[in-house]
Amino acid sequence: MAIELPENVVISKLDQLANWCRKNSLWPMPFATACCGIELMATGASKHDLARFGAEVFRFSPRQCDLMIVAGRVVMKMLPVLQRIWQQMHEPKWCISMGACASTGGVFDTYSVVQGIDRFLPVDMYVPGCPPRPEQLIQSIIDLQDKIQREGTLNGREFNLESRQEPKRALVEIPSASLFDGARNPIF
Amino acid sequence: MATTDTTTLQALQGRFPAVTTSEFRGQTRVVVPSESLYDVLAFLKNDRGFDFLSDVTCVDYLNYRDAKDRFGLVYILVSTLTNERLFVRSFLNEPELAVPSAVPLWEGANWLEREVWDMFGIKFVGHPDLRRILLPPEYTAHPLRKDYPLQGRGERHNFPVLARNSA
Repeated sequence: MAIELPENVVISKLDQLANWCRKNSLWPMPFATACCGIELMATGASKHDLARFGAEVFRFSPRQCDLMIVAGRVVMKMLPVLQRIWQQMHEPKWCISMGACASTGGVFDTYSVVQGIDRFLPVDMYVPGCPPRPEQLIQSIIDLQDKIQREGTLNGREFNLESRQEPKRALVEIPSASLFDGARNPIF
Repeated sequence: MATTDTTTLQALQGRFPAVTTSEFRGQTRVVVPSESLYDVLAFLKNDRGFDFLSDVTCVDYLNYRDAKDRFGLVYILVSTLTNERLFVRSFLNEPELAVPSAVPLWEGANWLEREVWDMFGIKFVGHPDLRRILLPPEYTAHPLRKDYPLQGRGERHNFPVLARNSA
């Protein structure tokens, strides 16, 4: 049975519509702890104008946000705070790990710095750089919008997929036994 | 120019003959036996007018060339009346890593001594609240000791891992 539709009606899936609304209205939660935070502020400021991508409303309350941008190194003592902020955010929510330190610990390979927040949190996008330029962060937000449009569902069931539960590692650790000899001297 | 008057040093050495003094790039240092550390600090504060404790810190001399002692405790004293500045040092060795607290003399020693305790594990006897100040309270090591590995002993892996659907 054919149904006559007016010309100004578009047929789509409800998931697609929800994704389209969500991706163009990301509300970032700036978890800015270091110099990456300065680039994050520059991204939101007038010169780079994150409003062009619908993500300019930074909120400092996690309950109003759906995109956590971890900009800077996270120390061990701060990690429970970071996890708590992440848990306080509404679903659907996403996480961008901005810069070398948040993604891998960067140069701070010490006892006190978390060697990549993806060991303890789910991360959707990694931004390389030390610190990344605002263009790189904007590109990651564009890529995240593509991801949301591609994979998102109305009730967020893609977050429950088995493949997304495993902790990721941006940095694959090489066993230190293969890098150092018995006296802790590096093997080249 | 030395930052400490010679009269101060003479008075200090007259009262405590075991104290040795030296000067390096205009900074006057005195080395005090740890038994008389509190008495020296009290003398400097009450009799010589060193009314401001600028810093308390510590150096680990493990594997340091020509070093005889393990830890060097440093008190940096300043007199706001005469602009004198004096570095009081005292060496400590395991297992006697305890000195009297300077909090009765300078209230500001409270957090400085907590930091030295946190990083080096030196006890300050009589401190009103000797807790860790920088590291998490459940931490067990004293990481600025030279025998502590830079990457730690796995203290940073104790947190729960949040899966994507667990929040």
